[in-house]
Amino acid sequence: MAAVMPQLSNPLAPPPSTSRLLLSGNEAVARAVWESGVRVAAAYPGTPATEIIESLARYPDLHAEWSVNEKVSMEVALGASMTGARAFCAMKHVGLNVASDCLMTMTITGAYGGLVVAVADDVGMSSSQNEQDSRFWGRFAHIPVLEPADSQEAYEMTKFAFGLSEQYETPVLLRLTTRICHVKGLVVVGERVAHEPAGFVKNPERWVMVPAHAKTRIPSLFRRDETLRGVSEASSLNVLEPGSDRSVGFVASGPAYMHVKEAFPDAPVLKLGFSYPWPPEKMRALAEMCDQLLVVEETEQLLETEIKAAGIACHGKDMLPRMGELSPQVLIPAVDRLLGKEVPPPAPAAAPVKIFPRPPTLCASCPHMGIYYTLSQIKNIIVSGDIGCYTLGAGHPWNALDTTICMGATMGVALGIDKGRGAVDKNKRIIAVIGDSTFMHMGMQGLLDITYNKGNVTVLLLDNNTTGMTGGQATPASGRDIHGNEAPRVDLAKVVEALGVANERIKVVDPYELPVLFKTIRDEIKIDGPSVIIARRPCVLIDDFKPFRPYLVEEDKCTGCGNCIEVGCPAIHVTHREKVIKPSGKEVELAFVNIDNQACTGCGLCVQPCAPDAIQHVPRRDIPIHIVKT
Amino acid sequence: MSQNDITNILVCGIGGQGVMTATEILAEAAIAEGHDVKKTEVAGMAQRGGVVTSHLRFGRKVLSPQIEPGTVQVLLGFEGAEALRWSHYLRPDGLALVNNAKLVPPVVELGLFDYPEDPTGQMRAAGRRVVSFDAMSIARDLGEIRLGNTVMLGAIADYLPFSPDVLLACIVKRFARKGEQVVEANRQAFAAGREAVAKQLGANSSNPAPAHA
Repeated sequence: MAAVMPQLSNPLAPPPSTSRLLLSGNEAVARAVWESGVRVAAAYPGTPATEIIESLARYPDLHAEWSVNEKVSMEVALGASMTGARAFCAMKHVGLNVASDCLMTMTITGAYGGLVVAVADDVGMSSSQNEQDSRFWGRFAHIPVLEPADSQEAYEMTKFAFGLSEQYETPVLLRLTTRICHVKGLVVVGERVAHEPAGFVKNPERWVMVPAHAKTRIPSLFRRDETLRGVSEASSLNVLEPGSDRSVGFVASGPAYMHVKEAFPDAPVLKLGFSYPWPPEKMRALAEMCDQLLVVEETEQLLETEIKAAGIACHGKDMLPRMGELSPQVLIPAVDRLLGKEVPPPAPAAAPVKIFPRPPTLCASCPHMGIYYTLSQIKNIIVSGDIGCYTLGAGHPWNALDTTICMGATMGVALGIDKGRGAVDKNKRIIAVIGDSTFMHMGMQGLLDITYNKGNVTVLLLDNNTTGMTGGQATPASGRDIHGNEAPRVDLAKVVEALGVANERIKVVDPYELPVLFKTIRDEIKIDGPSVIIARRPCVLIDDFKPFRPYLVEEDKCTGCGNCIEVGCPAIHVTHREKVIKPSGKEVELAFVNIDNQACTGCGLCVQPCAPDAIQHVPRRDIPIHIVKT
Repeated sequence: MSQNDITNILVCGIGGQGVMTATEILAEAAIAEGHDVKKTEVAGMAQRGGVVTSHLRFGRKVLSPQIEPGTVQVLLGFEGAEALRWSHYLRPDGLALVNNAKLVPPVVELGLFDYPEDPTGQMRAAGRRVVSFDAMSIARDLGEIRLGNTVMLGAIADYLPFSPDVLLACIVKRFARKGEQVVEANRQAFAAGREAVAKQLGANSSNPAPAHA
């Protein structure tokens, strides 16, 4: 079989084998996927997993793609596996919720070519709407779970996972967390070994999942669980380190193992790399050699419950927090408590200084600022939001988003608010905000539900031509593929029309043109029935964005009204404040401003609310010229 | 119990300032010296003007990638208030090298919070060893504000457990393909950063690195 692989633009010559490279966990997984001879790798961007496929796209000899959502990425990987090709997909924890429909049946068909699913949990929630423990999927779907503790292990376990998948015909879950994905460490890499697919074999009993076929295959899942328990018991990925101080023994996997070793270098540890099914004999051996057992797991009380159910006494979440990241600083006092020792109070010098928060902000010239500035000026609306940079519209100064749940939820939530509201909300207008990438991920179905069920919702579709929050990845509407090559470009206005929105209710506006934007929203929310306003401007962090001439504030003209500050641009700064008594007797604080012309890219959003025309273009001679690009 | 041979360096600032790149270059230098290295940061939403910290640990064998409060030998602060925010990570004899930049976020401009009047002064008052300097002015004087990152790397160069030349070589390597003019500008920025700190500490390059203290 000689399938033609896609031509990759500028594939890097990958570093040679036995190189010692400083790689993030994501980069290490990507290297291992490439070395394993994988032919198909798919993902939708999601922090902290995004860089796996981004790195893979730079390797030759495989098809890497941005899929429209995680479920599709898993289906693409499964299809490739059906041909005997090695296949891979990667996602963040909430992405696996989306893909789980495929996962729960894919486990029954099993894998043919090695099939590995990388899932990255955002423990501590640096960039997610919730904190989930993806280890549960191993139990739920009856598939093995591997948990690396650093980049080198991420590399090695990924390679191991493909062999395991093929030998036992099972998808394998590679469970990562932020502290694996985004930690760089040294990795010794190896050679790529090509893997030729054996070919698709028609086998409806295996690949056509109807009840009769599924019934014959499901018992094999339970047998597979038992077989894999034996494999896990014998696996060198599960290591019992005997230690010398036997007062407390530890069970740990992933980053938690490193914290245990850092805090208690002399203690016995059962390090679980092959963490599901876990090895009962090794667990008993550990329990027998130490006085007490502490299960150190981030987030959920999962292993602890299972170990107790196996009749082994242990501690865990009675001593340790149930959310957030662990660290030696958390573990040491917990073990002191377990041993009945007095826990010394933390040193005052180690207490953080209390200062202002610095939440993430929209960038200078971000087109979303125009949207939220406008929404903040409109009364009597309920605004449902979604997942992306534009979730920041819930923050200061706009406070213009009322809900955020999950990818695409804005549509269904808006429709539900519309249909569920009683007399008290009767006069409110319902607005649903969604980004272009999120719309294509999971918003289209929700919009169809709005049109089909005659919802009274005005949708703001923020088309910035990229997946912004994860760093600017291509989408089906950006006209580029994962390599930056030209790709078919979907027309969002046509999609919206095809989903049942009347042509005259589809408006395309420029979010930098505040008066037009304001009028369009005001007009559309007054009309019953669904409308879609597509606000189109590129994200300022992608190549499509071309900066304009920056602005400055003419000091003598600024009256300190502060209107421009309400736009929320990080390039606007207050130079001084003055308290004045108005003729009405009311005291007001004036805020006089300037503009950081290194940061300003001249969108002009702040110019529009400035009553005294104090904001003017920087004279051409003063525009900063960068001679060195770093 | 702790690993005494581990050097902990915390680099902090704001998304977009180059914190992660600077730490990456420091990591390359540590690798060139034969150390085991781990580097971690919280990325993702951090690029939107939020807080960025990058943890760099190196030594014989590094386990946990995260630095614990009270254990940092050198804190490299790209912004005053951010250096103050993370100053509790310094160990008592640790050294803070802080760029005087003041980047005020919208929540302060809106009047919801106050920016500390004198962040480095507050650190000194708490007994911290602090050297502050204006890396951006130094860069501007050299003709290019983007050299600020190399000024910052110059500032830390004499307080690492290896020669400043190792770090400089990593910087040169990174800019080599951009031509001799760019490399030379970075050499100057590196030297200017070293000088800015040495001038204040009244020390020369033989000043013992806190890592060895």
